[in-house]
Amino acid sequence: MEKTTNQKAWFLVLPVLVLVAFSAVIPLMTVVNYAFQDTFGNNQFFWAGLEWFEDTLASDRLHSALGRQIVFSAIILAIEVPLGIFVALNMPKKGFWASFCLVVMALPLLIPFNVVGTIWQIFGRVDIGLLGHTLEAIGINYNYTNNSLDAWITVVIMDVWHWTSLVALLSYAGLQSIPDAYYQAAKIDQATRWSVFRYIELPKMQGVLLIAILLRFMDSFMIYTEPFVVTGGGPGNSTTFLSIDLVKMAIGQFDLGPAAAFSLMYFLVILLISYVFYTVMTTMDKRESV
Amino acid sequence: MAQITLDNLAHSYVANPTSEEDYALKQLDHVWEDGQAYALLGASGCGKSTLLNIISGLLIPSRGRVLFGEQDVTNAPTAERNIAQVFQFPVVYDTMTVRENLAFPLKNRGADAAYIERRVQEIARMIDMEDQLRRKARGLTADAKQKISLGRGMVREDVNAILFDEPLTVIDPHMKWELRTQLKSLHRQFGHTMIYVTHDQTEALTFADKVVVMHDGRVVQMGTPEELFETPEHTFVGYFIGSPGMNLIPAKIDDNQAYVNGSKIELGRGYANLSGKVEIGVRPEYLKLSSKTGLPVNIRRVEDVGRHKIIRADFFGSDINIIAPEGEAISDNMNKITFDPAKINVYANDWRVKGEAA
Repeated sequence: MEKTTNQKAWFLVLPVLVLVAFSAVIPLMTVVNYAFQDTFGNNQFFWAGLEWFEDTLASDRLHSALGRQIVFSAIILAIEVPLGIFVALNMPKKGFWASFCLVVMALPLLIPFNVVGTIWQIFGRVDIGLLGHTLEAIGINYNYTNNSLDAWITVVIMDVWHWTSLVALLSYAGLQSIPDAYYQAAKIDQATRWSVFRYIELPKMQGVLLIAILLRFMDSFMIYTEPFVVTGGGPGNSTTFLSIDLVKMAIGQFDLGPAAAFSLMYFLVILLISYVFYTVMTTMDKRESV
Repeated sequence: MAQITLDNLAHSYVANPTSEEDYALKQLDHVWEDGQAYALLGASGCGKSTLLNIISGLLIPSRGRVLFGEQDVTNAPTAERNIAQVFQFPVVYDTMTVRENLAFPLKNRGADAAYIERRVQEIARMIDMEDQLRRKARGLTADAKQKISLGRGMVREDVNAILFDEPLTVIDPHMKWELRTQLKSLHRQFGHTMIYVTHDQTEALTFADKVVVMHDGRVVQMGTPEELFETPEHTFVGYFIGSPGMNLIPAKIDDNQAYVNGSKIELGRGYANLSGKVEIGVRPEYLKLSSKTGLPVNIRRVEDVGRHKIIRADFFGSDINIIAPEGEAISDNMNKITFDPAKINVYANDWRVKGEAA
């Protein structure tokens, strides 16, 4: 049978096209537009070429924000991944306490980001916060508003509190999929606890762990709300991460050109890293199944 | 290596067992002699795996003791018992190569590298995987994975016993036979105590010197394949062993005569005062079909299974199976059977009654 040609069918894609255009393509292209132009107001723009990109790449301010961002992501990954695995390994496997733990673990994940920020902002305050006041009462000098180290510690602990559950729950799901026979065989083979972890549990968690790391990396690399609510990027610029800096630049200073160039590069960096992650993940799978 | 004694053992999966029914494994005293090959035979869910897991220490029994030689190991962890066990479904360490998998139990015991290498080669030859030693275990077929599991079970030479929990379920038939032969020769060579759980009677009868038959959480008989065939101690053994199983016919017994629906059958031995459920059991192999003498049967079906014919018939309201040699022609007027008196067993409440020589 011959296929009938009916080009009108293309109209059926139109709604999606419109939707995607308004939600993604047009906003993105506006940003691209800003990135290559300059303005002195009055809605008059003129061509700036690669100037904003060159400026951004050479800017010390952004270099240090990027540096802080990388350090932050590295720290929280280094804490949350092992801690999440440790928690998952120690959670009860079945019964009432298993469900109880799951619910408790899921709670921090359900709290909106700015609420998390507010909770910790108040919690850490020296005058009225439980944590800040207690620390001061026992003689520890802690103040996240004027001490960079204290601010960092607060922001890191807040992120660990908020997101370790995600790693733990994913790891737990991976662990639950291991049949009992594996543990029994390991006992028969006289394997040590470490061997059980290394050769049974870790391989079975590998898939979910890669997803957890990818998610935590992306999220932490784009983090904005929580540190902004707690420290506002301070003291000084000590907790100003990329997103916070970007918002300062775009909305605070109204430097739309540099901000646009910056956000394009930011976007590309995240895309690139995610792509590398994905490729590594899939090739690892392939190599292991050979 | 040691003799394994089960002393007054019982196990229940219920926290506070109250009745007999709660026990997956009922009161059991048993000695597994050092260096014997045993088959543990029984239907699914009769407590075979429970028993095995108690011996290997994966389960702690609710009651009783487990002894290896003179040593009480009832509460000893599995690793201390130095025992090997192969499970029904393959367990391999995915990220390791086949070689590392086989070496794993030896490595955990701190054996030296040269010894491990030699042992791994031997086992690999036995399971026919010498050319795959460098491969990762992950991508292998279920067949190959199970062979690795078997290999890991056999790699240690100094184990107290090797337990097999229906290990050949996932292996294809041709390889099954081959592996069973390998296990048997391995047993002859090293003399490990081996306990082989299965629900396949052929597997049990060909593998073991002694077959232990379990039914409903109890050991009902232990014996050589021949004993199980000729004198099943329990009707379950009669029914479970043999293809088809033993015929059981309700009867009244009067000394050395049995009456089925008023018809007399001579017995080889005399029995006195039997009460309860009384049955006679006779193997299909020991019934003879003829057109002249014997008691009447109603033939329903004749199945030709190649080596012989199985005749399904009705005998005073009970089902009865008769095995006739392949060459024998079955005609429609052959509707009488004769019994071989020496081969009839008598059961009261499912247990065999010995009787006295008449």
